Amino acid sequence: MGVLSNNDGCIVARSNELKALGVEMGTAKHLLPPSIRRQVTLLSSNYALYGDMSRRVTDVLAEFSPDVEVYSIDESFVGFQGFDPATLEARGQRLRQTVKQWTGIPVSVGFAPTRVLTKLANHAAKKHPGYRDQGVCLLTADSPATQAILKQLPVTEVWGIARRTGERLRVMGIDTAWQLREADPKHIRRHFSVVQERIVWELRGQPAIQLDDMSQPKQQIMVSRSFGRLTHSPHDLREALRQHAARAGEKLRKQHSVTSAVMVFVRTNAFRPDLPQYRNRVVVALERPTDDSRELIHAAIQGLRQIWRKGYAYHKAGVMLLDLSPKANHQLTLTDTPQTEADATRSERLMATVDKLNRELGRGTIQLGLPRTGNAWTLRSEHRTPRYTTRWEELPAVR
Amino acid sequence: MTNTASWVCSAALNPIPQPLPMFASAVRAGFPSPADDYIDAEMDLHGYVVKRPAATFFARSEGDSMIGDGIHHGDLLVVDRSLEPLPGRVIVVALDGELTVKRLERVGQRTYLTASNPAYQPIPLEGREAHVWGVVTHVLHSLPGATP
Repeated sequence: MGVLSNNDGCIVARSNELKALGVEMGTAKHLLPPSIRRQVTLLSSNYALYGDMSRRVTDVLAEFSPDVEVYSIDESFVGFQGFDPATLEARGQRLRQTVKQWTGIPVSVGFAPTRVLTKLANHAAKKHPGYRDQGVCLLTADSPATQAILKQLPVTEVWGIARRTGERLRVMGIDTAWQLREADPKHIRRHFSVVQERIVWELRGQPAIQLDDMSQPKQQIMVSRSFGRLTHSPHDLREALRQHAARAGEKLRKQHSVTSAVMVFVRTNAFRPDLPQYRNRVVVALERPTDDSRELIHAAIQGLRQIWRKGYAYHKAGVMLLDLSPKANHQLTLTDTPQTEADATRSERLMATVDKLNRELGRGTIQLGLPRTGNAWTLRSEHRTPRYTTRWEELPAVR
Repeated sequence: MTNTASWVCSAALNPIPQPLPMFASAVRAGFPSPADDYIDAEMDLHGYVVKRPAATFFARSEGDSMIGDGIHHGDLLVVDRSLEPLPGRVIVVALDGELTVKRLERVGQRTYLTASNPAYQPIPLEGREAHVWGVVTHVLHSLPGATP
């Protein structure tokens, strides 16, 4: 089984069986050999469902600690400062069981003193033979277990080390996460940047990275901020989301991607238990993949309308762009921004001619070659599972 | 979850001399206050029915196998995955890949899924692939004429 990206173009998720057939991540649907295509069920992305399930999982996490930071649609950092360290592993077990029972979603739990190490612990909880049955892995800064894991891990697997950086590190003789941990932080800072230096400190067990600093997962773009002071006003939230959506649009265009789903979230301050608590999020699926900030802003405002509730003092709001794909994969149309002045002039003249003909000979004489609505122009999601948890008409049926 | 009835009782038992806020001014001040519980606002049916939002799902019932429990074809079921599927409870279970709503029963060592309609036979669970999906807590039946 595989899941397709927006517009059913490429495979973005594969079951183990699909991986075993040798299908690579990102394979275009139409390039799948017929012999494989016959054996496989391909499903369209269902962002409404993912977003809702993601919200539920986060709500369960929030029962275990007020300090929940959403990193991506399926990963969160949960702070356990002040909890008795001896109880953490058991808490992790209970958390995993509770998430599974309440939502059906299996999660892995990694505990560590820093975010970089936590990511590694989580990875070990998922894959490492010593931990994956339990699904929970606790790493302390200097334990033999941590050392063993770091020694086996290629440096490119460390959170925040991109492929190119990893290659340069390898040239310097740093192949494993352990070797990076043992490197001189100042030396690393000189050759790379303060970001990589902080990673060295984190590998050593010293927190040095805030979630805002870190590079975003490639599959998402998130822009969020806590408010300086708590606000009840939907106007403040609208303004904040407008800015966040615009900023997200900039990042999107900078990396030459388009998005087809916008997630909006709001929350109160979890560290003010004297105040009523509320957190919610919603995913707004776009009609077609876009990088236009106006559409992103519009979606964000629509989303806010769904989740804003009166009577709460909001602390944070954010926008996350999901289901990114390269802009080049999507057909260019006449309405796209032209590259050169000559093109711009040509396009204008063409549009003017089209308009003139439509005026003189009747509306619709010349259409721009865009397929009808509901056809290729709107997001193709032919094989999407129902939106079981967000649409009355798509509820699961039970006999 | 605030239970209006219990607040009314405790107010009577512990009369604290406190100026009751005007509904209008409490909202305008923009600050939530303990006095909010004395305010009669719109009643929240969703909150009444959904005790654990993260674990609560809705489903649509088909057929009349559970008519004895007031579940008709087309009714809305509220399913809570956080509750324990104890014998005697109406549960949603995935049986051989299909979702079904039945009562969980234990007879000695054997477990069955029973219908509340005599036309349906009990289903023994021995040797079958069954995954409990959640416990049905409420059923919403809309009467004819409900939609304008």
